[in-house]
Amino acid sequence: MKFWAYTALAGALAIAHAPLASAEMAEDELVINDDIEIVTKAPAPAHLGAFDEIYSGWLFRSEDTRDVQRDDFDNPGMLGVESAMEAWDSVEGTAGKACSDCHGALEDGQMVGVRAVYPKWNENAGEVWTLEQTINTCRTERMGAEAWGLNSKDMTNMSALMSYESRGIPMNVAIDGPAQETWEKGKEIYYTRYGQLELACSNCHEDHYGDWIRADHLSQGQTNAFPSYRLKDAALVSIQNRFKGCIRDTRGVPFDIGSPEFTALELYVASRGNGLSVEGPSVRN
Amino acid sequence: MADGVKPRVKVPKSAAAGEVITIKTLISHPMESGQRKDKDGNVIPRSIIHRFTCDFNGENVVDVTLESAISTNPYIEFDAKVPEAGEFKFTWYDDDGSVYEDVKAIEIG
Repeated sequence: MKFWAYTALAGALAIAHAPLASAEMAEDELVINDDIEIVTKAPAPAHLGAFDEIYSGWLFRSEDTRDVQRDDFDNPGMLGVESAMEAWDSVEGTAGKACSDCHGALEDGQMVGVRAVYPKWNENAGEVWTLEQTINTCRTERMGAEAWGLNSKDMTNMSALMSYESRGIPMNVAIDGPAQETWEKGKEIYYTRYGQLELACSNCHEDHYGDWIRADHLSQGQTNAFPSYRLKDAALVSIQNRFKGCIRDTRGVPFDIGSPEFTALELYVASRGNGLSVEGPSVRN
Repeated sequence: MADGVKPRVKVPKSAAAGEVITIKTLISHPMESGQRKDKDGNVIPRSIIHRFTCDFNGENVVDVTLESAISTNPYIEFDAKVPEAGEFKFTWYDDDGSVYEDVKAIEIG
């Protein structure tokens, strides 16, 4: 009797000590178009004390939603990518240039790997830039074209194309050197509680990933899979637009898209995913 | 005509005679439901794809009626038996009268 009682107790303890996420996270592997292998689980980067392992948000979605991302034909985010492919070769602005006049045809692969290192220190500007800010500088300085809204459809499509070009390459943003100050500012924002609900990013995405919230599973809040086609919006959603939504959900007043605060936060959150494959355009609910 | 409408279809290039294949179709379309209002409170008129058909060598395979609650960029996947080499013809009918077509040939091999 005593023996059985003891094993039963040990079993209960083992369940209590299991990581919160394991119960609700899929055991699955992502290969897109039967070709591109995506790393959805990786050892946590050295700077991150909270986890041993980092996970793509893909693992927290239902089987049906995960399947949509396995084939580019099924993935509605590819509509945005295709539209950006047309924009890539379209001449715009007073300089009479298209993206391809400087960066070559997409097939040349000059943009491969670019997404994985953004946000990135820009030496000329003396600050950290997101990919979107860099694209706009191309437009205004080199093409003589109008800047796109940072959260506009054209911009998000182009950002999705940059993700598409780097799919499968591990995220690898630099957090040292000149970017360090911005990274630390981002880290501070990540752990600061905002809004009436007094929630920091970490309260959900670190303490409770895998748990239910608002009839959905919380992920670790990784940015490797953005822009993401959200089925509920039927549109591609940019990283900073998602940040805005998160702060709104805390009943706080969000920072502006493109603000120094969100750029710092984007760098910090991206660094938490160093090692996961670039996955955009992804599909989420 | 609704903006940015572009049909796309994925059909295997060849199949064994009598084989059942999976066909995937997607048309980029806003699918305005007719139930939303603009800033001034006026109803935004319905503008959707209301019918989709697929024919194989002139014989109908599927004929789908789409209603206003179907989401943006409707994706339709179905199976079809391929008795012989031939041509699949896909047709989407828009509320505004536009008809979009795509054709895919399939070989037996």
